[in-house]
Amino acid sequence: MGDPALSRRGFLAASAAAGLGITALSACGGDSDGGSSGTTTIEWWNISTTQPTKDVWAALARKFEKQNPTVKIKIVQLENDAYKSKMTALTASGKLPDIFHTWGGGVLEQQVDAGLVEDLTGSTKAFADGLLPVAKEPYLLDGKLYGIPFDIGMVGFWYNKALFKKAGIAEPPTTWSGFLDAVSKLKAAEVTPIALAGKETWTGMYYWAYLAMRTAGIEALAKADADNDFSGPDFVRAGEHLTALVDLEPFQKGFLGASYSTPTGQAAAVGNGKAAMELMGQWAPVVEADAGKGLGDDLGFFPFPAVEGGKGTITEVFGGGGGHALRRGAPQAAVDFLEFFASEATDRELVKETGVLPVVPAAEAALTDANLQAVQKQLKGTTGFQLYLDQAYAPALGQEINTSVGALIAGSKSPGQVAESITKTAKEEQ
Amino acid sequence: MASTFLPDKRTGPETDLSPPPTSAARGRRRRRARHWLTAVGFQVPALVLFGVLVLLPILFAVYAAFFRWGGFGMPSDFVGGDNFVRLFQDPVFLGDLWRCFLLVALSLVLQLPFALALAVALNQRVRGRAVYRMLFFAPYVLSEAITGVLFAMIFAPGEGLADELLGKVGLEGLGGEWFADPDMVMATLFLVMTWKYFGFHMMLHLAGLQSIPKELTEAALIDGAGPWQRFRNVTLPLLAPTLRISIFLSVIGAIQLFDLVWVITQGGPDHHSETMAVTMFQYGFKRYQVGYASAISVVMFGISLVFALAYQRFVLRRDLEGATTTMRGGGK
Repeated sequence: MGDPALSRRGFLAASAAAGLGITALSACGGDSDGGSSGTTTIEWWNISTTQPTKDVWAALARKFEKQNPTVKIKIVQLENDAYKSKMTALTASGKLPDIFHTWGGGVLEQQVDAGLVEDLTGSTKAFADGLLPVAKEPYLLDGKLYGIPFDIGMVGFWYNKALFKKAGIAEPPTTWSGFLDAVSKLKAAEVTPIALAGKETWTGMYYWAYLAMRTAGIEALAKADADNDFSGPDFVRAGEHLTALVDLEPFQKGFLGASYSTPTGQAAAVGNGKAAMELMGQWAPVVEADAGKGLGDDLGFFPFPAVEGGKGTITEVFGGGGGHALRRGAPQAAVDFLEFFASEATDRELVKETGVLPVVPAAEAALTDANLQAVQKQLKGTTGFQLYLDQAYAPALGQEINTSVGALIAGSKSPGQVAESITKTAKEEQ
Repeated sequence: MASTFLPDKRTGPETDLSPPPTSAARGRRRRRARHWLTAVGFQVPALVLFGVLVLLPILFAVYAAFFRWGGFGMPSDFVGGDNFVRLFQDPVFLGDLWRCFLLVALSLVLQLPFALALAVALNQRVRGRAVYRMLFFAPYVLSEAITGVLFAMIFAPGEGLADELLGKVGLEGLGGEWFADPDMVMATLFLVMTWKYFGFHMMLHLAGLQSIPKELTEAALIDGAGPWQRFRNVTLPLLAPTLRISIFLSVIGAIQLFDLVWVITQGGPDHHSETMAVTMFQYGFKRYQVGYASAISVVMFGISLVFALAYQRFVLRRDLEGATTTMRGGGK
């Protein structure tokens, strides 16, 4: 599955190197404006460099060209990290591609603030209103829509039903104390409760982010970013809840050095039945089967539990997806393409062929996997949405959250110190 | 006083107070000017490249180190020495310095003597010594990234080759979490570094040993010197220039260590294997705090420069007689 989130997280050195090569090539690309023969050429920058997505998307572009004979689509594909740095450079230079991949959040906001992004609220209203509301969340800034999603996903617990049964846990926990209880039961049954990739600190950040959402609430997270102040008691409490989990020693042996997607990493530990669960995005089943054996029917999904006395609810989700935005002043053909790409027919194909979750409610039927259906159900019932922190916040702040939560899990920082160092970085960045 | 009495190099414009030069002297000066022009002509392309690709980036990094700067556009938010103040208050960076020192010390105390011992052993007539030399040198040829991936797998806690092997011979107690253990990560890393680089130093030492004339050792033998005395009083002093280079390369390598660490641990767990270069990368390319990252690279550059100059001035002086850093006149 060519999941953007997966490739975003995944493969560092080799893929980055490959991507840089493409960056160099694409730098030679010419202007996107139409030729004299009456055809419009639009440039479409995306990060779908992996199969089968790459071919599916290329075929979709050809299909659109056939339906619109006067439009030519030029596809520029960059590997994830290369794309991010290239886009940062383009944003600084003030000229973006006609159609470009976006994750929404802080980066999109910067581009919007620089006056480089087309406001799509009016021009796409006809079809955008019918899209799954939560999928549009990352691209909504001050009530205006700046991107059209093609994928949406969320983080939750992926668990091994057989191991839960072995430990005598009848139902997945819905509260944090119930969760800690389940962890203790798994330990008592000599099962490693949780797999964690401690080397890649973003995996630990998921716990803190969800706990902060559950204790302080989504609005508090947005306010903390705006005020550069994460030192409130609710954020400290989020850290304390995480410490309570860490104190149970729930993670696999040597987790501090573990990667996410390698054969000895987090996903493989769950996929091979060596650990009972992991907190991960909707791409988890694919990586578990790729890095390990995969759990098949034993794999289950449950949302991050609610925290007793917290301001958040269990129906608020932490996640993100992928979408497309347009440069300011992009030709009408680009809007037409967005409409084509968000049509039911296209979305069905994307869901079926490339494994993304549907953003068009009618395309849901194409979703056959029981686990992804569970994720979809959760997404449909969402009452609040928090974008991945490293996309919602400035890079330095996102990284600082990752590292200091990593330090908390390694036992070298207290919950108070975590809140303090995050606040310090936020203030330096402002 | 005729200019011809002065040493050649003094005939500069400042000595033109002397009477008008003879036509012979003028001719010579013109020839020298032409000669100088030719030399400059040949050097300009190299100097321009060196300036644009080496000097300019260094100067720009120094400049950027005084700004808070995200890496795009020109730096504009001048913060003075703040980045450096912050740097030397950051426990991670201070830890980097300590770990750098640790690696240098371990290299000098363990890795180099080990390489030297092997070189001496393989300088004897040993059956199959060419094979041994090649085998020991092989790790050095391997890329750092591949070495990193390889050892991350070998030292995977519980299921890696290292733990399996220790288990097979009944030494489970010696196994552990290797790179995942904050207290063990540096030792494990040093083990991998030694594996990777001892072959290179062994080769250096071997080359040095082979350049020592046999007659000297023979003479010592005839004088009745034992094996240790021959090594201590003949081989070692004559090998000293090679050892000094070996030490120099070890230290510079430790200051700049990046790829191995990045591939294996990314500086973790919890900064316990982070080096200056890793910290710099984190800030420059993950957090986009390029000004601060520049400050780190400037400090790294400073440490390397001071060490390199001091080492050449005081330790390598005899080996590099007449090179740039000896402040004596070129003629001597």
